[in-house]
Amino acid sequence: MEKRKLGFAMSMVLAAGTILGACGGGGEEADNTGGGSGSGESDKFTVGMVTDVGGVDDKSFNQSAWEGLQAFGEENNLEKGPDGFDYIQSKSDADYKTNLNTAVRNGFDLTYGIGYKLKPAIEEVAKQRTDSQFAIVDDVVEGLDNVTSITFKEHEGSFLVGVVAGLQTKTDKVGFIGGIESALIDKFAGGFEAGVKAVNPDADVVIEFAGAFDKADKGQQMASAMYSSGADIIYHAAGGTGNGVFSEAKSLKQKDPSKEIWVIGVDRDQAEEGKVTVDGKEYNVTLTSMVKRVDLAVQDVATKAQNGEFPGGEVTEYGLEADGVSISPTQDNLTEESKAAVQEWTDKIKNGEVEVPTVPSGK
Amino acid sequence: MFKNWTVLAVPVISVLLGLLAGALIMLVSGNNPTAGYMALWNGAFGDSFYTGETLRQMTPYVFAGLAVAFAFRTGLFNIGVEGQLLVGWLASVWVGLAFELPKIIHLPLAILAGAAAGAAWGFIPGFLKARLRVHEVIVTIMMNYTALHITNHFIRDVISDGADATDPVRETASLQSAFLQSITDFSSLHNGIYLAVIAAIIMWFMLEKTTLGYELRAVGYNQHASEYAGMNVNRNIVLSMVISGAFAGIGGAMQGLGTFGNMFINSGFSGIGFDGIAVALLGGNTAIGVVLAALLFGALKVGSLNMPIESGVPNELVEIVIALIIFFVASSYMITWLLGRLKKKEAK
Repeated sequence: MEKRKLGFAMSMVLAAGTILGACGGGGEEADNTGGGSGSGESDKFTVGMVTDVGGVDDKSFNQSAWEGLQAFGEENNLEKGPDGFDYIQSKSDADYKTNLNTAVRNGFDLTYGIGYKLKPAIEEVAKQRTDSQFAIVDDVVEGLDNVTSITFKEHEGSFLVGVVAGLQTKTDKVGFIGGIESALIDKFAGGFEAGVKAVNPDADVVIEFAGAFDKADKGQQMASAMYSSGADIIYHAAGGTGNGVFSEAKSLKQKDPSKEIWVIGVDRDQAEEGKVTVDGKEYNVTLTSMVKRVDLAVQDVATKAQNGEFPGGEVTEYGLEADGVSISPTQDNLTEESKAAVQEWTDKIKNGEVEVPTVPSGK
Repeated sequence: MFKNWTVLAVPVISVLLGLLAGALIMLVSGNNPTAGYMALWNGAFGDSFYTGETLRQMTPYVFAGLAVAFAFRTGLFNIGVEGQLLVGWLASVWVGLAFELPKIIHLPLAILAGAAAGAAWGFIPGFLKARLRVHEVIVTIMMNYTALHITNHFIRDVISDGADATDPVRETASLQSAFLQSITDFSSLHNGIYLAVIAAIIMWFMLEKTTLGYELRAVGYNQHASEYAGMNVNRNIVLSMVISGAFAGIGGAMQGLGTFGNMFINSGFSGIGFDGIAVALLGGNTAIGVVLAALLFGALKVGSLNMPIESGVPNELVEIVIALIIFFVASSYMITWLLGRLKKKEAK
């Protein structure tokens, strides 16, 4: 008897599901077709972006690029969606080509590939779809007129946060945690090291790599080892792995609020990530962040392309001059001395007095 | 007769229930299930390009599924398909880079290298199980991690000089096919799809039509009875893991020589080996079942990429649908019981 009731209840649930499913479908379908038909013949300039596996909410460059697209969309009265601006997320490395093709098929006038991992896919798809325009962020695709490359002078921004670290370290020992060792991450490490040494030649810079951009637990372990070995400031260039560095710093702060330990954020202003409350008192372990304005660059290239000035086949390198890289607007934890020094070195880099290295000294 | 019918009914009903439950979740979360599934279908089979991508995605799934199914028929749980796939991927790319040979030798050699590497990775847990009775689940899981880190080390420091990806394999070792690309509008479909079908036929033939296959299955049914009947159980355990590993290794070669044409540093598992377990389960551990289940998984994975842009439904939802399908297959007892009830009612 019990069993029969259960069976009956289950079939009722399923039947209800089928009916509800059919209802929901019918209702909204009308809206969809309405929206679709209106936009088919529009002459708006549409843009799309394909993320790497980090996803659009990675609190790092994918998210920043998306913010740039949103700003571009707002400026030009575009709507989010296939007829305005939209993103496509990749869930594995095999998805890049499929997603780029989906973007092309959808008819975006310009498609961004976010991150150096998309380089081979963009190269291949751009050769096949010669009528579409592409842009790659963080890497260089050469010899194709329908691809423009956007890179940043991360070493310059990293130099500035290095200056801050060199001046504000109490232990004369600072750490660097990179994601995967590569030419790109070497730029962060090299600039940071040079910045520290420029203002504090005696300081020790420990450079380590986590081997992944999405392993917060690994980042936490490495940060724990670095802090206990005497480093008091850690600069991370490790995407999601870096979130572990923040967790470690925050938990140390929670155990002992008098301890002076800091994290330097990357890509975006990460002041938000460093907030910690101990006994009702607020602290922030984020010393400063090296901000890479992927959003500005994405918006800039989209605007150029819209005006028919698509820089195809060219490499645009965004540095300190165009605010492509800078130190974060949140400067609560900086001393007056550091602020002045940052200004001084910014000028020196801008007028070419200082050439910032793009690899760490050991290489 | 009735038994055969339920064998087919359980996976089919599980898939339907999974899709239905997915529709319910879409509805509850304020999305439109019809639009969502339309987008899924369009993204998987909407035109020749997407069909090509689906078949491309299906290829390694077939191999991973066959690997799991083959071991399972001998009563072994090969959780190490992921690791065997990675070493196979590496070995095939390495051979594809290192030698300069005519295509007719080079391509088979590269694929065989993948098979050999996968087989070697399967041999270790098989040997430990046969000799020391170490449980293969533990060993294979551990060896997944070993494979991940060893392959990463080889890519960075042995094959390349500190780079995070190898060079593309030589043209003579590539599975990529201009013909398949031209009929599927530049999808990344490659010749590996033929190999996947051939592999499924080989597995079916080996298990069902040869003495070796009979012995392997017998060991799977009952080790003690097989031993009593004079079969060498230990030899069969090792052999089963080796063959299973070889299937997985070729699956890796499909990625290395076909889909990507190189290998890169993996920060985590590709997931294909683990999905292979689900494919084998859904396919009832039979060759034809694995091929069909792999097609379904390929379609779901590729089609899901199209869902957010076309219908606004988050593609994570497909992961939920997949999980539910697995859940329903795993609880197949529930479905057979329900079918039994229906049957009884009809009889009344």
